[in-house]
Amino acid sequence: MTDSKTSKQHIQLEHDSLGKQTSTLNLGPTHPATHGVFQNILEMDGERIIEAVPTVGYIHRAFEKIAERKPYYQITTLTDRLNYCSSPINNMGWHLTVEKLIGAEIPKRVQYMRIVVMELARIADHLVCNSVIGVDTGALTGFVYVFEFRELIYEIFEEICGSRLTTNMGRIGGFERNFSDIAFNKIDHFLKTFPKAMKEFETLLTRNRIFMERTMGVGSIEAERALNYGFTGPNLRATGIDYDVRTSHPYSGYEDLVFDVPVGTTGDTYDRFLVRNAEVWQSLSMIEQALKKINELDPSVYHAAIPDFYLPPKEDVYTKMEALIYHFKIVMGETEIPKGEVYNAVEGANGELGFYLISDGGRSPYRLHFRRPCFIYYQAYPEMIKGSMLSDAVVTMSSLNLIAGELDA
Amino acid sequence: MTNDDILQKLQAKFGQTIQHIEEPYGMLTFEAPKEDNLKILSFLKDDPSLQFTYLNDLTVVHYPEQIGKELCVVYLLQNIYTKTRIRFKTYTDIITPEVYTATSLYATANWLEREAYDFFGVQFIGHPNLIRIMNVEEMDYHPLRKEFPLEDQTRSDKDDDMFGR
Repeated sequence: MTDSKTSKQHIQLEHDSLGKQTSTLNLGPTHPATHGVFQNILEMDGERIIEAVPTVGYIHRAFEKIAERKPYYQITTLTDRLNYCSSPINNMGWHLTVEKLIGAEIPKRVQYMRIVVMELARIADHLVCNSVIGVDTGALTGFVYVFEFRELIYEIFEEICGSRLTTNMGRIGGFERNFSDIAFNKIDHFLKTFPKAMKEFETLLTRNRIFMERTMGVGSIEAERALNYGFTGPNLRATGIDYDVRTSHPYSGYEDLVFDVPVGTTGDTYDRFLVRNAEVWQSLSMIEQALKKINELDPSVYHAAIPDFYLPPKEDVYTKMEALIYHFKIVMGETEIPKGEVYNAVEGANGELGFYLISDGGRSPYRLHFRRPCFIYYQAYPEMIKGSMLSDAVVTMSSLNLIAGELDA
Repeated sequence: MTNDDILQKLQAKFGQTIQHIEEPYGMLTFEAPKEDNLKILSFLKDDPSLQFTYLNDLTVVHYPEQIGKELCVVYLLQNIYTKTRIRFKTYTDIITPEVYTATSLYATANWLEREAYDFFGVQFIGHPNLIRIMNVEEMDYHPLRKEFPLEDQTRSDKDDDMFGR
């Protein structure tokens, strides 16, 4: 047995910690309620949060550094791992950035195909986020129910590109292959069956007394603060500002579609939930419009005519001289890439996903910076939960749609 | 609001300090000395006809061959009412990489500047909490600078002329 006097010396208490009236609580980084690697050191007065200090960077993978060594067409796989709940949007965003740099003309059909894929990804992302708000308020049913339909979306992705979560979909200039009939059938099947389920999901939560009590007025932020914090996406629109990259800076044929930008009023968790639900309906309508337009166009077109950047079909590489030369040029990095700097943004599922690309004419970017929406708006989290209960902090976090992979890049 | 309007307003206010005006892919890009960065940013933000109230992005680019102005801090600003984006660059040397912080104007800048400090070592003067954000505190270098190659450069089995950078 050790002497109590000496063992006391081993305990190192922080200065003034015995007189402290509050308690420190470590939420995360591997707490199930944080849905990802997020750590918050909370200063609590009973159940109330006085202060929160977020720590990020647990899954930082140095994408910006890696991108400086990878050829353009290999960077798509890095973008998959940003917001992995809707990776097709990231993939398309990267392709659009490179196409802007090289000045490629993209056929209308490819643009609409991209819209279909991006909006499906947005629906999948919103379903995860909104149903998880339900889980955090104690309603598991909705989560299990809509995941059946997220599965249908992933089956469509599987049919289009062969993978489900980290899709690596498309190429610079278009898609690696045309949509098959099975893919179109699967999209039709989804469009037919999903609206009924979505309605039921909304019925389950939107006017649910318990859900409303748990989410209304929780984690709210004013429009002016949200702007100052650089909010984008549904989180900004829930505060009442109708900024949407799809309408403000249209890309990939969004200018041809008719759709509304749903906005909220108070910017609280409930409004964010409503805005996302409304966006799911808008996305469904956009997919229908895009499919209609696809049907009117030449069904054989699925990529742009840019042989300097778009890999030729493998059978041509083995049999045709020209295809072999282009294949060699692309793979060995002999293609001429213009010098320049370009910023291109797409409306990701949780906000404006921007790519700031500087090319010095080399085969890899001189510098590539990802503007990750949730890295930027997560800064506001301590302010949003200050003075609220611990359980509200958890609901607020899930309603912000934070994806650790994107946040930490 | 066209790029020319913005440029005229800026030049009327700041004159010759606005330099290297370009329009790559339609986005107005200009350069100014680092001492003036806060003046220019607050003018862009507060002027009622400009209203660049939104800091879209902030990042740093390293140009090791430009002696005396190695690090370039890039601000990407947006007026979300007129949907105009502009890019403002300011250069600093790498020996004393000090730039005034934009945190008092834009709350967005807080973590973005911490990220810039973490990866490039730019010291933002007046930043409330300038500590590393992605990397560990114990790290003693700034990894996105160009002097740190991605792969082990002692490898001799790869011919770099053939395999890119």
